[in-house]
Amino acid sequence: MTDGPCIAVQDLDMAYGDRVIQRNLTFTVNRGDIFIIMGGSGCGKSTLLRSMVGLLPPARGDVAYSGQSFWRADPAVRERLLRRFGILYQAGALWSSMTLAENVALPLGEFTTLRPDEIRELVSLKLALVGLAGYEDFYPSEISGGMRKRAGLARALALDPDILFFDEPSAGLDPISSRRLDDLILELRDSLGATVVIVTHELASIFAIGNNAVFLDAATKTMLATGDPKVLRAESTIPTVRQFLTRGEEGDGHA
Amino acid sequence: MSAHTVVPEQSVQDTCAMVIDHPAEDLLVLRLSGAWRIGKALPSPDVARQAINQTPGVRRLAFDTQGVTAWDSRFLAFAGQVITEGTARQLTVDRSGLPAGVRQLLDLAAAVPARQDTGAGVGPSWLARFGLGGIAFAQNAIAMLAFLGEAALSVLMLLRGKARVRRIDFLQFLQDCGAQALPIVTLISFLVGVILAYVGAIQLRQFGAQIYVADLVGIAMTREMGAMMTAIIMAGRTGAAFAAQLGTMQVNEEIDALTTFGMPPMQFLVLPRLLALALMMPLLTLYADLLGILGGATVGLGLLQLGGVQYYLRTAAAVDLHDLSAGLIKSIVFGILVAIAGCLRGMECGRSSAAVGRAATAAVVTGIVSIIVSDALLTVVFDLLGF
Repeated sequence: MTDGPCIAVQDLDMAYGDRVIQRNLTFTVNRGDIFIIMGGSGCGKSTLLRSMVGLLPPARGDVAYSGQSFWRADPAVRERLLRRFGILYQAGALWSSMTLAENVALPLGEFTTLRPDEIRELVSLKLALVGLAGYEDFYPSEISGGMRKRAGLARALALDPDILFFDEPSAGLDPISSRRLDDLILELRDSLGATVVIVTHELASIFAIGNNAVFLDAATKTMLATGDPKVLRAESTIPTVRQFLTRGEEGDGHA
Repeated sequence: MSAHTVVPEQSVQDTCAMVIDHPAEDLLVLRLSGAWRIGKALPSPDVARQAINQTPGVRRLAFDTQGVTAWDSRFLAFAGQVITEGTARQLTVDRSGLPAGVRQLLDLAAAVPARQDTGAGVGPSWLARFGLGGIAFAQNAIAMLAFLGEAALSVLMLLRGKARVRRIDFLQFLQDCGAQALPIVTLISFLVGVILAYVGAIQLRQFGAQIYVADLVGIAMTREMGAMMTAIIMAGRTGAAFAAQLGTMQVNEEIDALTTFGMPPMQFLVLPRLLALALMMPLLTLYADLLGILGGATVGLGLLQLGGVQYYLRTAAAVDLHDLSAGLIKSIVFGILVAIAGCLRGMECGRSSAAVGRAATAAVVTGIVSIIVSDALLTVVFDLLGF
């Protein structure tokens, strides 16, 4: 592991047209971190993720990966950076006209020079990793929501990414499946040496796997704190942050 | 002091009633009784409002609900309106007479103040709406031009061997907008030929010039109707399908997933659809021309008693390669426009199921408008070129 920050977000402002979502976001994510983007509903967590992975140009500021600017880079560099990401969308976002195997195989076929039989082997391996061995020929509409999410993860892992992004991984999952997904994320981080960025507001997941975090606030439209969520819960003096991390049982007591 | 009772006509037990009492100079008391439930006739809050507004010297408002046997949201809404009115008149509202549950729910409803900046209520004036409409139209046109430009760049990249198009997708779309469109194109073109022949026959028969029906149908089908009718069919059939497919992909974040894998949606999604339609349109048009002429011949042979050979020779003499190629050039343009309209509307689709429906509708409208406008332009241009 090297010491330089893996991701550095600098003075980031995000807006849809005139509507500002968040401003003045500055934080760093270290290599090997499981970094949590947390905050109440509608505060712009997913929007921040979209800005970090190149889907929403920021109104101001930049995101740098290993010192390489993302938004100021030219398209070729940006495309090379994108190749290092694996992204799990909220509902999986599997390409619905393709089978699970084709979903995982598409990036492999596009960006590698592997032979079809080699690709098929890799696809089976990735699906087995997320517990979907034998589901190669199913279409996304034929499997459950939790399975779609895991298939999405298999696709995100297709190109052995350095950085994994998760958008609300536990949304819509029962507590057990959600717990299993958390364990899977930890195992993947440890075995692949990847850095993980997770958007979530599940306190159980936040404390179970997160070792670094940023807290976004909807009212002030900016970040209130960054650091290890367990430390924030124990030491933060900001009422909103304490309240969130203790489910409203501490803090300024308005709830 | 004065008091009047409002009892809606309903003689069941638990009839709701409101008595407006005025026990002191500055005090109004609403005495409510009965079961206040959805589905029952209730006193109107307007009566209470009137009393609040028209009784002179009132400073305080109170409730007496000892007679209320049951209540639900209707009662809540009633109490809420009366309290709002009282507060607006600067009355001191004493809510202690309301049932405890009602007080709690009213507090809950007032906990988060209504948003002020949502812009609901006053709309822009008609002049502003006119202006906004104009701006939206201009932005729309610019978006379409930008999309067209981007698509052209992708085609260029494809020609230089740099674009990625999945062959299997392309073949799928070829089949989709080619072979599978044949039945409906057959039916419509044949009938258009029949209609053209009928319209012509009625006029031409008066001069004994029935044979010219062959000219009329042949030229009209090859120059105009073949390409235009096929394009309109494809706009309704394939353009709408493109918009719905891409719109649904937008809703499911599938397009985001492509983008973040570094696979540009323009190359992966738009290019195969565009190429397939641009390639299939001239073929379908050629087929439509033939079917239309066949339809005309059916009328000529059946109704006008023309000979088959005679009709064929007449058509062959009237239609030359210019007519045919004018129609085919148009059909390629129409195909591109229909595909662009469908893909554009699909790509700019919002993230809800209603947006997908709107995208499909907009794709058909945009498609048909651009077909007719470009047809008019091309006809003038061909005429100027003597084509």
